Amino acid sequence: MKIIALSSVLAAVLCANAAALAAQAPPPGDVERGKGAFLKYGCYTCHGYDAQGVPGKKLAPNPLPYAAFSNFVRTSPGEMPTFTQKVLPDQDLADIHAYLRSKPASPNPSTIQLLQETGR
Amino acid sequence: MKKNASNKVDRRKFITGAAVVGAAALTSEAGKAAILPGGQEAPPRAPATVRPSTVLAQAEISTPSVPSPADGNPNLTKGRPGSDFMLDVIKSLNIDYVFTNPASSCRGLHDSIITYGDNKKPELMTCMHEESATAMAHGYFKVAGKPAIALCHGTVGLQHATMGIYNAWCDRAAVILMTGNSRDSVTRRPGVPTTHSVQDPAVMVRDILKFDDQPASLQHFGESLVRAYRVAMTPPHEPVLIVLDTDLQEQGYEPGGSLRIPKYAIPSPPAGEVNAVREVARLLVNAERPVIVVDRCARTQAGVKSLVQLAELVNATVIDQGGRMNFPNMHPLYARGAGGVAQADVILGLELTDFFGTVNEYIDNTVAEQSSRLKQGAKLISIGSGDVFIHSNYQDFQRYQPVDVAIAADAEATLPALVEACKSQLTAANRGAIEKRGQAAQTAYAQSKERMRVDAAAAAWDASPISSARLVAELWPLIRNEDWALVGRALGGWPQRMWNFDKYYQHIGGSGGAGVGYNLPAATGAALAHKEHGRLAVNIQPDGDCMYAPGAIWTSAHHQIPMLTIMNNNRAYHQEVMHLQRMAAWRQRRMDRWHIATTIRDPYISFAKLADAMGVAGIGPIEHPADLTPALKKGIDIVKRGEPVIIDVAMQPR
Repeated sequence: MKIIALSSVLAAVLCANAAALAAQAPPPGDVERGKGAFLKYGCYTCHGYDAQGVPGKKLAPNPLPYAAFSNFVRTSPGEMPTFTQKVLPDQDLADIHAYLRSKPASPNPSTIQLLQETGR
Repeated sequence: MKKNASNKVDRRKFITGAAVVGAAALTSEAGKAAILPGGQEAPPRAPATVRPSTVLAQAEISTPSVPSPADGNPNLTKGRPGSDFMLDVIKSLNIDYVFTNPASSCRGLHDSIITYGDNKKPELMTCMHEESATAMAHGYFKVAGKPAIALCHGTVGLQHATMGIYNAWCDRAAVILMTGNSRDSVTRRPGVPTTHSVQDPAVMVRDILKFDDQPASLQHFGESLVRAYRVAMTPPHEPVLIVLDTDLQEQGYEPGGSLRIPKYAIPSPPAGEVNAVREVARLLVNAERPVIVVDRCARTQAGVKSLVQLAELVNATVIDQGGRMNFPNMHPLYARGAGGVAQADVILGLELTDFFGTVNEYIDNTVAEQSSRLKQGAKLISIGSGDVFIHSNYQDFQRYQPVDVAIAADAEATLPALVEACKSQLTAANRGAIEKRGQAAQTAYAQSKERMRVDAAAAAWDASPISSARLVAELWPLIRNEDWALVGRALGGWPQRMWNFDKYYQHIGGSGGAGVGYNLPAATGAALAHKEHGRLAVNIQPDGDCMYAPGAIWTSAHHQIPMLTIMNNNRAYHQEVMHLQRMAAWRQRRMDRWHIATTIRDPYISFAKLADAMGVAGIGPIEHPADLTPALKKGIDIVKRGEPVIIDVAMQPR
């Protein structure tokens, strides 16, 4: 029971933080430079050239708000290495985020005939 | 054109002459007369052996003169060659193929196979690397269900084969290795053949063999080969090695003596003890959330069927780790990944080599994090032949995982008894709970299919380079009505998410030891085994793996092994990149140099041209998704003509 209560509190705090972070506007970034930085830092090797994920997390379309995105990149607790400001400058990170925001929405799977044939 | 008889080189005399020249050339310290006590001068000594030299190497590769068959000629084999008897023993075991790179230390057997045996059952398959020969036999075994021979040159050939043997060892594959050796220092040829001779050839690979022997007589050979075959074919299936003494191969014997080919009896695999099996059944039928985790269990369709029966009896989720095609992936109880482990109260591991890794999580960070996935009080059961036979040196057995019930037995052989034991213990009470689990599994299954389609569409569906999901999806409608088999890597798990695997031979798992260079030759060996059944072999081939030993492409052309190879050309060793990023991040160093020594670019490799150069049809590079289906159709047409083809596809990193 204690664990459930603690989890609920934690979830509420995280939601509040996420909402606060989402409210911040992203810093200006350049899409083309961001694409170059995405390649240069090797982000694509785990997240794909189009930031689609596999085997890493899917980053685009609709990336995390900049503050949450930056927070994750700077303090990644999991398998992904931590990219500090020293090794990945703020402007490069802002450009990468601009590149991620520029990615178009994925197609609707129900409109792809080929996918209807798979899994059966 | 008639050759001038005076130009013929007698090989034996040539070698002798070369040895004399070599000895005479030692005019410095080694050749000088020694001064004995008392001032007496000893005669100059010639070295006992001659070190390798260009002259001797040339003698090795020069065309020998063939003496005319005449009675009493000392250069002719007296009686029947020993290697003919060796071939008789091999034939008695119904071995179809000998994968080899030609080797003088095996010349006796080589000759027997192609002349006395007419190169049929077994047939020699020309390989361009012993590692490839071993991997071909490895892939062949997993489809054919019986071993082939990988015939390797003494010392250097076996050294080449070593990584392939390790993969076969880790992957529980029966491969019969043979290597030539000249034990007798008096009769063996000097120079290179002596350099390639060794007291104990197997010592370098003994840790990854189940059995080896260096027979000293033909009868000894017969008994050891039949023993080796039986040992290899008793679970856990593992590689074995028989050393072929060159004198034994080449010297004649008089037929009609006491020489006999030992009888081979198919071994019955070790099955679980009945009381232990009953206890496992008791745990399974009374479990709230039973999970079966399976790796290298099913080697026949009967094995797949038994596992389906067991899973359906108790409606247990089956997590297939994919070491073999164990369980139909379109079955509602099928699952991938370790997610289901966390909710399970009973976990049955079948032929797992890494039970610890299955129930524990590891995060590679500066402070390595390891945590249990297990629910409090979960019961763990292991059934596997890995406990029957183990070596200590190589750590492929992974970290020790305590379990509640351990059955040291072959899982496939134990499953029928476990199914019956479960049936006998089912009650009306637990039948109700089991039925509810089945309904939940149906719902989860339907959701997983929809999630697969959403994931595939979102994974760069229209992008160039082409996504793994797109390639796999494009392939499916073209092969689904064929008798197909995936002989190579399961690209990112997408085939298991999109295709319908329901036959044991449709997937053979991976390398076992993660030794790169396995996939292309193993797929070739597997495709050879499929050939006689007329199956469409599909190989999704990593580019880096191909470049370890691309000579396997030529083997597929030379021996007309039909196989659709799609080169997953992602132009890098991507798995290694994050290791470098991790190092740079931990050390706060620049993170833009990871590409050094991890990428395959500047220039890109043209695999279509590489294929063409080796006599295999090459298509591509295919850069855009819209071009995929026409290329794949063209490739499949070529394969249906009985030929191999390589389609070079520029792919996303993973």
